[in-house]
Amino acid sequence: MKDFGPVGSLDGRMVRVLDGVSLSAARGAVTVLLGANGAGKTTTLECAQGLQRADAGRVRLLGEDPHRASPQLRARVGVMLQEGGLPPSVRPMALLRHVASMYRAPLPVDLLAERLGLGAFGAVSIRRLSGGQRQRLALACALVGRPEVVFLDEPSAGLDPQSRTIVFDLINELRADGLAVILTTHLLDDAQRLADYVYILESGRTVAEGTVADLTADQDADGLRELEFETVPGLALPAELLPHLQQSEPYPGRYVIRGALTPRDVELLAGWWGAHGVMPTAITMAPRSLEDVFLDISGRSIR
Amino acid sequence: MSTRPTPGTESPAVEPRSPGAAAALGTRVVRHGSYEALAMLRNGEQLVLAIVLPLLALVALVITPLLDGYGASRIDIAAPGVLALCTMSTAFTGQGIATGFDRRYGVLRFLSTTPLGRSGLIFGKAVAVAVVLAVQLVVIGGTALLMGWSPLPAGILPAAVLLLVGSAAFTALGLLVAGTLRPEATLAVTNLVWILLAAAGGVIIPARSLPEIVQGFVAVLPSAALGDGLRTAFLDGALDPLACLVLLAWAALASLAAIRWFKWS
Repeated sequence: MKDFGPVGSLDGRMVRVLDGVSLSAARGAVTVLLGANGAGKTTTLECAQGLQRADAGRVRLLGEDPHRASPQLRARVGVMLQEGGLPPSVRPMALLRHVASMYRAPLPVDLLAERLGLGAFGAVSIRRLSGGQRQRLALACALVGRPEVVFLDEPSAGLDPQSRTIVFDLINELRADGLAVILTTHLLDDAQRLADYVYILESGRTVAEGTVADLTADQDADGLRELEFETVPGLALPAELLPHLQQSEPYPGRYVIRGALTPRDVELLAGWWGAHGVMPTAITMAPRSLEDVFLDISGRSIR
Repeated sequence: MSTRPTPGTESPAVEPRSPGAAAALGTRVVRHGSYEALAMLRNGEQLVLAIVLPLLALVALVITPLLDGYGASRIDIAAPGVLALCTMSTAFTGQGIATGFDRRYGVLRFLSTTPLGRSGLIFGKAVAVAVVLAVQLVVIGGTALLMGWSPLPAGILPAAVLLLVGSAAFTALGLLVAGTLRPEATLAVTNLVWILLAAAGGVIIPARSLPEIVQGFVAVLPSAALGDGLRTAFLDGALDPLACLVLLAWAALASLAAIRWFKWS
């Protein structure tokens, strides 16, 4: 709960961390909670897991109140906490075996460990593991009981590209096996790659939801949303040239024009280049991305 | 997690048709208890606190005249007090420190999301304390017997009752400290209290031989109740009802306080 800052928990009680979150997750689908740090993602998960109790509203986990979850209900739910919750002095495989022993028919520990590449560092204590190795161990602990529902809080945090691929493949297989996967991330790319359904959280509210396709569908223009080009830095592109579009120069020499782009805008821009002797070294056009949706929403709430 | 298991090998697929089921309650508690007991016995610092320091105390009390003048041999006076000290080491200081750091690292939160749950976690800790205490009884008690300790057989049952209630009281106190203070503070407080109680809490030196001003206060401490109670049991073969009541009261109060104020994260 550290990352909630001023809206965070006080004395273990929630002080309006969440105010108007409404979501549900289906089996056989990856539901992603997307939001900046402090948006309320972890608190939402903790309410759903029963680690925190919501002051108001209704929370149901497999039809039951998660705060009063019976051991049988907990056995159907796998949890990977943001900071892992792993004891530093224990060896990874010893922990995984111990967690497995809480279930009647756990997954074969060795196969799971092999799948997640835990064997390579199974003999050292957890405090010596890297962030990515801990993430994989925490994921194994969440899956070892054959859950029907898995909560993964920031599963890709600290992963190198190879571990990320392993973890993402696994998440895709969990979905294919009919599990309900609920994960949080502040990385748009994660959501774009994994999500069947996305909820965007902002200041403790769900501000947008839908499939990635729904959210990125551009009703304004013909599918194009962003034009990026590279040339000499410090170009004085006049704002009145494309008044309905946002212009920026995120890096020197790289220009981004965002908005409802029309063929006429492209013509105007190319005309300006010609008139000013500007030769772009690269031009890309991209459809509206989840990032645009996210920026739109954040921008709106800031204004 | 393949959807199509490879023939001939068992696939670690998460099959929706074989959903997770919890192991039985007793199994979970015993497994967690032995896991924590092993962790305590493998931890060097805990082992010093649980075995080495009590052994040193036992030897020191037998070779110095500190306990002369109580009517019995040095070892007969010393051994019950050292067993009380062992209970404090394991249930209060050892369990307190371990729980404090588990809380810091989120281990308590994670384990409470597994079928073990919060109650299983607490019962498991109680089992771990009992297991480690049993090891201490064998090692320290065995050493004391070799040094000439001759406990009254009639005192074994009363002593067992007192050790049980005493470890419940000190476990609850240890959890109360661990669940309300930062782990560093828990480390300091549980060690300091252990030293203070060992020195002047009626554990090793009988409460009645302390300065009169503090006697009344010390007599109601759980340390004095356990120390004096065990001495009465092994020297007189009787159960000290007052000591037993004092320990029960501490166990009840500390448990209620821990339930009320323990923070899991």
